[in-house]
Amino acid sequence: MDILGNLAMGFEIAASPYTLLLAVIGCFVGTIIGALPGLGPSNGVALLIPISFSMGLDAISALVLLTSVYYGAMYGGRISSILLNIPGDEPAMMTTLDGYPMAKQGQAGEALVVSGVASFVGAFVATIGLMIFAPYLAQVAFKFGPAEYFALYMLAFCTLGGMGSNNQAKAAMAAAIGLAIAMIGLDKTTGMPRFTYGELHLMDGVDFLVAIVGLFAVAEVFFFIETHGKDSAIGVKLGKIAVPWRMLRQSSGAMARGTGIGFVSGVLPGAGASLGSFLAYMAEKSVARDKDSFGKGNPKGVAAPEAGNNAAAGGALVPMLTLGVPGSGTTAVLLALLLTLNITPGPLLFTERPEVIWSLIAALLIANIVLLLMNVPMVKVFVHILSVPAWVLLPGVTMIAFVGIYSLTGSSFDMLMMVGFGVLGYVMRKLDMPTVPVILGILLGNAMEDNLRRAMVLSNGDWTFLFSSPIAVGLWIAAVLGFVAPIFLRRLLKKPPMPESDPTMNVD
Amino acid sequence: MRNLTRAAILALGTTAALPAFAEECIAPANPGGGWDFTCRQIGRIMTELGLVPNMVQVTNITGAGGGVAYTHVVGDRNEDPDVFVAASSATTTRLAQNAFAGATADQVRWVGTIGGDPGVIVVANDSEYQTLNDLVEAVKADPSAVAFAGGSAVGGFDHLKVLMMLDAAGFEDARAVKYIGLDGGADAITQTVGGFAQAMTGDLSEITGFISSGDVRPIAVLSEERVPGFEDVPTAKEQGIDSVAMNWRGVYVPKGISDEDYDKWVDWLQQVGASDQWQTVMEENGLAPYDIFGADFEAFVADNIAQIQDVSREIGLLQ
Repeated sequence: MDILGNLAMGFEIAASPYTLLLAVIGCFVGTIIGALPGLGPSNGVALLIPISFSMGLDAISALVLLTSVYYGAMYGGRISSILLNIPGDEPAMMTTLDGYPMAKQGQAGEALVVSGVASFVGAFVATIGLMIFAPYLAQVAFKFGPAEYFALYMLAFCTLGGMGSNNQAKAAMAAAIGLAIAMIGLDKTTGMPRFTYGELHLMDGVDFLVAIVGLFAVAEVFFFIETHGKDSAIGVKLGKIAVPWRMLRQSSGAMARGTGIGFVSGVLPGAGASLGSFLAYMAEKSVARDKDSFGKGNPKGVAAPEAGNNAAAGGALVPMLTLGVPGSGTTAVLLALLLTLNITPGPLLFTERPEVIWSLIAALLIANIVLLLMNVPMVKVFVHILSVPAWVLLPGVTMIAFVGIYSLTGSSFDMLMMVGFGVLGYVMRKLDMPTVPVILGILLGNAMEDNLRRAMVLSNGDWTFLFSSPIAVGLWIAAVLGFVAPIFLRRLLKKPPMPESDPTMNVD
Repeated sequence: MRNLTRAAILALGTTAALPAFAEECIAPANPGGGWDFTCRQIGRIMTELGLVPNMVQVTNITGAGGGVAYTHVVGDRNEDPDVFVAASSATTTRLAQNAFAGATADQVRWVGTIGGDPGVIVVANDSEYQTLNDLVEAVKADPSAVAFAGGSAVGGFDHLKVLMMLDAAGFEDARAVKYIGLDGGADAITQTVGGFAQAMTGDLSEITGFISSGDVRPIAVLSEERVPGFEDVPTAKEQGIDSVAMNWRGVYVPKGISDEDYDKWVDWLQQVGASDQWQTVMEENGLAPYDIFGADFEAFVADNIAQIQDVSREIGLLQ
């Protein structure tokens, strides 16, 4: 194989001091953008595209800068998830589940280091996967039709039952609220608007970023006001940062599995990073022997979704580059960037413009190493940004939430909707209902419905079409197992959690 | 006193700021999309040609497929002579289907179009259909055996292309045509290559890469003449089906401006369309020449809307 030769060529183009400087700047800016609630990788990249043009960057430099921002934001999303219980972007949502409890137990530093390393493993392995397998993986997308996608989303929803750590019914209800919200907007299969009440702003449906920022950030602010800061996320103290080797060793399996699951869901267009981190988390929880400690600060619950979402970010580049199909919001923005640079992603990109592909891959590898160096030893710098006193941070979070949402669509309607979601989030928190399933419902519900309806159109309404391919049947079996297994396993495992991992968790 | 100084500073500020961003182009979608592209390219060329003294400011107002920007212009900017808005077939499609909350096409003035993305119908490389007529015959024989995939929702421009083409070919029962809407042309292609749909419709520029890689085979282009660079792809017209579907790229301006201002915009747009820069842009982005301006364009939009309304009624999108 001439992969190494090509890679050397890529590094030759990408590793000049100037582009390295751009990579460092991109990583730093990206991490901050990712860490700020409301600003995710897609708006980060979208905001920087005009800047990179006005700087007069050539195609390769612009790519290096923006992919660094992309990966940086994927890393950064975890920081506010862990410290504030507010996901910086949508794939970092799962990281709040165990990351924030760890921070509350005084293990914020450990959580940040474990998740940073997990991010690195996920992203690095995925980039290598992209390099070796991209031409073959492109074929996988052709194997996935509406029936297969529908089964894939069913798998995600079937594992949701194991999500709420205390009350399954509440998790199911929250997911139903999310699904209901997902129904708002233009129905793709009939072209008719649903539940919009003639309001133009609802035609495109409810943007999940509006929901995330409302349910997490704004609700957090309400909660803070009510409790005067007691018991609130804001203001977690960060101790000294030491590398928790034992914790890393313990969660290495979680990272490996998360990476694999994340990469595969990233490669499938339409699945993306959020599904990757969600499935990685649920899979880890179901294979773990210490299930009960998930959701209460298990480092594996931080490592798996972080490895998963970063691997998915790398995986999502495969269909984007080889087919021109963006697998996520951010890759859609990167696709637009490539098109403006007059590079058309598609099946011929690898043979026609090898210098672009290989310098992009080299740039990704460089960005990853820069990010690991930045995020593990220098994590305090980013934490300081978030650990200012509450009277500064609280208005700051509120302001960034409003500005971030306004920058999405430029309409005040979305800001009002965000406040509405804030109220919903506050009420749900009072009722002890998890909010993550709401987001999953909004995020996955639309795609699931669209694929079901497409499948029905294609098969003239024959439901057996949903089970018509080996891939679909395999996914259905996994979904049924995912739904049924916890019910039986719970009965079998009615013993206290295995003591094996618990004592080590408190070792510094 | 203090107020006076403030007023003076404000006045200074506005006079200084106004010429900097006199002309504004509203792109009714996110940066990176087709409307944003129209705004940025036309704006850049206007500056390069010296038509405007400064950069044209591009504002992105997203939502409802252009509806939010449309109602914004009609409601709040009706007499603003310095603003123009990017538009395309998608804009007229939605206006025709009454999807802009009651807004109608005569509430703005249509300036012109300076390029178009020809519609194209492709099949997978190993498909049994060799010509457009093969495909049409198959639909006529059994509409449920042929599924079309496209990058827009039902009732969107990709869907209408199929229906208008089949209508021209003498197949009347629009409701029987199977169509699945996906998120963009590339997504629709993967479904076609994967064999889930039998044919795909989209804009030529979206699928050039797949055509040259040989994954898909174009069987007809929906333009008046064959497209430069794709000379071996026959038009639908040549195959006896008189159907043209160009996704035009143009602009509209507010209704309330003076005739002089409107004529100025028509003249400027004509100059942009004739420029060498625009020819390069079209070539690089797979656009074909498609020039209609002023009163002709107003008539074109009205025709276009009437035609879309006919088809939309047939499929039940309009009562």
